[in-house]
Amino acid sequence: MTRFLLSRLIQSVLVLAVMSFVIYGLMGLMPGDPVDLMVSADPNMTPAGAAHLRDLYGVDKPIIERYLNWAGAALQGDLGYSRLHTQPVMDVMLPALKNTVVLLGLSFALALIIALPAGIIAATRPYSKLDYSINLLAFAGISIPPFWLALLLIIFFAVVLGVLPAGGFGVHSGAGELWENLRYLVLPVASLTIASIGGHTRYMRAAMIETLRQDYIRTARAKGLSKSQVVIAHALRNAMIPVVTVIALDFGYLFSGALITETVFAYPGMGKLIFDAIMGNDFNLALLALLFATVLTLFGNFLADAAYVWLDPRLSFKEVDR
Amino acid sequence: MNTQISGQSPHALTWRRFRKHRLACASGIILLLLALAAVSAPLVEMQLGVDARLVDLLGRFAPPSANHPLGTDELGRDLLVRLLYGGRVSLFVGLTAAIFAAGIGTLIGLLSGYYGGRLDAFLMRFTDGVIALPLLPLLIVLAALDLSKIGLSDEILGSENLSLYRIIVIVVLAGWTTVARLVRSSALTLRERDFVKAAEAQGASARRVMMVHILPNLASPIIVATTLSAGNIILLESVLSFLGLGIQPPTPSWGNLLTNAQELIWEAPNLAFYPGILIFITVIAFNFLGDGLQDALDPRALNLRHKS
Repeated sequence: MTRFLLSRLIQSVLVLAVMSFVIYGLMGLMPGDPVDLMVSADPNMTPAGAAHLRDLYGVDKPIIERYLNWAGAALQGDLGYSRLHTQPVMDVMLPALKNTVVLLGLSFALALIIALPAGIIAATRPYSKLDYSINLLAFAGISIPPFWLALLLIIFFAVVLGVLPAGGFGVHSGAGELWENLRYLVLPVASLTIASIGGHTRYMRAAMIETLRQDYIRTARAKGLSKSQVVIAHALRNAMIPVVTVIALDFGYLFSGALITETVFAYPGMGKLIFDAIMGNDFNLALLALLFATVLTLFGNFLADAAYVWLDPRLSFKEVDR
Repeated sequence: MNTQISGQSPHALTWRRFRKHRLACASGIILLLLALAAVSAPLVEMQLGVDARLVDLLGRFAPPSANHPLGTDELGRDLLVRLLYGGRVSLFVGLTAAIFAAGIGTLIGLLSGYYGGRLDAFLMRFTDGVIALPLLPLLIVLAALDLSKIGLSDEILGSENLSLYRIIVIVVLAGWTTVARLVRSSALTLRERDFVKAAEAQGASARRVMMVHILPNLASPIIVATTLSAGNIILLESVLSFLGLGIQPPTPSWGNLLTNAQELIWEAPNLAFYPGILIFITVIAFNFLGDGLQDALDPRALNLRHKS
């Protein structure tokens, strides 16, 4: 078990290293470069001064050299300053990271709480009216444009009913105002949840139907267990194995959803931070935030691997080759 | 001798199974109608006697009328005609990108499934890696790149369709994975079939085996996966255009029609409705169609639905 997880961990670190280089390289291809931005910000800058700055920041050196310089400094904790926020990038990013973890955590949990039972119920009555309706809703969920769903929620709850804020973030402090703050979370969480329920439901249904066909399920039924007992005690754990894998692969998708949701609702999380940083040529910030988004997804995948091992003890004994 | 055995060709059987899937049939018809409407946008424009690009500041947010069946937008342009032109762009980008993505996915899946071993391990790890990444932020970076820095010629950079080509390339980069995985798993089983073994024993080259013996048998998974990814690709294009990174106004696309709609959500919430419902209908139709095709083309795989 530890060996499997260890190899997965090493793989994740490798992916992260490769991604850091790719992202660094892409940042270099963004419009303008840091020195140009400094030159345009300072009317007294002479061409000689600009050349000196270029030399100082090493922007004309080969990309590998620049990358290694950056990575060396980054590993020592020097990640640079944000151009838009004029603060160290870490200080800008950490609050956003916290907000995104709250948003993603709530939506993820809520989506699972709804989707897994829905998928199981549909699977135990395949091709019934109920199954058909659940399937139809799931299809609608995966097909609805997430930003449009967010707009519809705003139109209905903020414009028409006026009961929830159209966007932003609660900054009230004090015990009695927790609800005030939570109100800002309702629509973003709802839109992100709805966007991921459909996929999860379909995976769960397909995996459960497949599991319920197995011989040991028939045996369990034959020895007199009720249908629900069989589903819960025998089938669920095995059916969860493929579901966990697909849901883990969906972490990146979930983060992409968070970017859309945060941008539409002006929710100050990582997604909006990345979007604003890229649009505002804030290279240091965009770089760090993109890397953290990658770390977040890789960590989600890693957790899923751990869950996978826990669900399927067979993995502990054999060489894993997926 | 002419006996009365009413045999049916495999194609006829497939067609029969597909027709039973009523949602998929309806979806196919809806997609055809949408495409037809989009293609006939100039006709509708002429018929109504309006100009999609004509700004009429006195006629902003006009309610539906005979001249403007869906009313006008914030610049007084006819909404229906803008939607139809937007549909041209969105459907064109979606279909083109889906076809290119299917090409790349087929190539990767075929190589991976046929050769197996290390190449397979490498390609599939790579595919898994791409799926697991937070793709949207990375695509946003790609959409914001300064293309002159990667040495594209001025001719391409000056082209007025630049944003169209760029968005197609970007969504292709994200859209090939579904096809690659489905094609790989089918190629893996085909590789072990007797007719492939026979071809190999006769000394056919790997290339010939792949192109002549395996590829034609992959038609079903490729068709299904392409249909399913077309929906996702249209969704992705609309997201990027909505964020201001895809098709650039004044060229309308369903995604960028919603960008302004968000700012005007208090004044004119109806502007946010139509483009979104069209994207929704198109994507869900592609998904139903893919689902129906899957059932019709591969009856054994019923229920083993793959990620759409």
